[in-house]
Amino acid sequence: MAVAETQASTSSAKKSSLFSRVIGTQSEFQTKRAVWGYVYALPWILGLLIFWGGPILASFYFGFTEYAVTGSPRFIGLNNYVKAFSGDELFWPSLGRTFTFAGMYIPFAVGGALLLAVLLNQKLTGTTVYRTLFFVPHLVPAVALAVLWTFLLAPRVGPVNQFLRDIGIANPPGWLASRDSALVSVTMINVWAAMGGNTMLIFLAGLQGVPQELYDAASIDGGGTWAKFRHVTLPMLTPTIFFNVVLAVIGALKVFTTAWVATQGGPSYATWFFALHIYFQAFQYFRLGYGSALAWVLAATLLFFTWVQVRYSRRWVHYEGG
Amino acid sequence: MAQQTMTQSTPPLRVTIGRTGMYAIVFALCVMFGFPLFWTAMSSLKTIPEMFEFPPVLIPAVPQWSNYWTVLNISYPVGRWFLNSVLVVLLTTSGSLVTASLVAYSLARFDYRGRDVLFMITLATMMLPAQVTLIPQFVLFYKLGWINTILPLWVPHWFGGGAFAIFLMRQFFLTLPRDLDEAALIDGAGYFRIFWLILLPLCKPVLATLAIITIIASWSDFLGPLIYLNSPEKFTVSVGLQFFKAVPEVGGEPMQHLLMAACIMSMIPIIVIFFFGQRFFVQGIVMSGIKG
Repeated sequence: MAVAETQASTSSAKKSSLFSRVIGTQSEFQTKRAVWGYVYALPWILGLLIFWGGPILASFYFGFTEYAVTGSPRFIGLNNYVKAFSGDELFWPSLGRTFTFAGMYIPFAVGGALLLAVLLNQKLTGTTVYRTLFFVPHLVPAVALAVLWTFLLAPRVGPVNQFLRDIGIANPPGWLASRDSALVSVTMINVWAAMGGNTMLIFLAGLQGVPQELYDAASIDGGGTWAKFRHVTLPMLTPTIFFNVVLAVIGALKVFTTAWVATQGGPSYATWFFALHIYFQAFQYFRLGYGSALAWVLAATLLFFTWVQVRYSRRWVHYEGG
Repeated sequence: MAQQTMTQSTPPLRVTIGRTGMYAIVFALCVMFGFPLFWTAMSSLKTIPEMFEFPPVLIPAVPQWSNYWTVLNISYPVGRWFLNSVLVVLLTTSGSLVTASLVAYSLARFDYRGRDVLFMITLATMMLPAQVTLIPQFVLFYKLGWINTILPLWVPHWFGGGAFAIFLMRQFFLTLPRDLDEAALIDGAGYFRIFWLILLPLCKPVLATLAIITIIASWSDFLGPLIYLNSPEKFTVSVGLQFFKAVPEVGGEPMQHLLMAACIMSMIPIIVIFFFGQRFFVQGIVMSGIKG
């Protein structure tokens, strides 16, 4: 009805009706509204084109080129990917090292966060203080985190090794300074900073959402503390655990700052993670083409692991009423 | 039932031991999380000989409060790094708040073709690692002549503030009753007035949440400043600290105690902001966790 009216009136109205058909509106009021909608979304539409869409296409193309920032990209087909998989002696080790890191980090960071949350949920006196104290390490900027742990883990004058010597360990590890223990040290630092952080807060919120009736029912059935945790808390928390694990996997595969600041990838490549490899190729050697190819390998790896987790989540994640 | 009431009034020995054990664990955890920060704070008040004493000392004989003044007057422009960081944080946060709330208003309140696709794309950008877009963005800023300026660090935040900011704001707008808008519209208010005078004042809690999250992320950001800034007087605190850590002496004079002081100074603004806005921060994290 409104469309017919506008079409029948003046030529300027006709123009607006063509426009309104393009944007799918049916009255002048709706058209005006829609136009304002576009106007307010404009910063992000531009942002998506300039900082996402354009770069994604460019990065995909760069992956097939040889490109130092001063020249122009030269198409070399699949050579970058061939080089990554078969001609770069740091590629597989850095990928493997990143998985090793993730394998150690995720259980401790997510499991630790769950235990902290359960502990904070016991209504102990001073819970707010403990919660804040557990959270503060997460607020320490990543660079400061690496700096302070470098001093704490100093082999000779650091307090950690002094403590180990005091309790009778004659030859404590060299931590970040030694090839054998650097990877474990970087993992420990990241776990320390992550355990009481956002992951724990999300678990706490999840715990508060577990209905009290279920615990009461478990008590009546004679369930003890462990039985309640195993058969009420854990199943009810599986969606939260799933969410936190997905985030932890993404975070772990991108590990960069702590390793870069604490060890610069060393000693002798012991903490040379995949994100460091990308950084060095792209921004130290200015191999932008090869760096882009590596970035797509990382993106594919992340998407693959996220897909696997979503795919298999149905087997263990329990959705209430779902 | 009666038995249950009884156990609640007089807790059996097992429960008492359990609770004592829990306090012991909590205490151990407090030490584990608190000690490294305490040690760093103490180190920042030491003299250089105390920094390298063996066996290590925890508490300095005379706390050197002057370290915090000295660190601002060494040949590294430490004070400048803090100013640069403050500037980046202000520009980043204001850009995110202004543009993310406008975009979220559009996504939550207007009907137009492509809106839902736009929202799906927005969510999809959260899945892609920053490394993929980093290299072309570097090329773009290089061509624009923005290398070694702070422009690449904040300008992108004026284009919607990123997917997380938009998502958080949109979810909040959806909780506000539409009657508010409609009443104002009937009274003759324009869309911008509705946004600015009616909806935005109601968004204060979520704006606070977003501000705190953006401030913390931008203050701590390392990769961006590392890639774009290359002369020491342009550094932000994060790259500056890294630079300081790599060479903690000037002219053979060690400055590790001053490095510790700079380290503590880099944490203080964030911890203060967290303490004042803890409620908003926690809400934001929980909201993203539950709805994400």
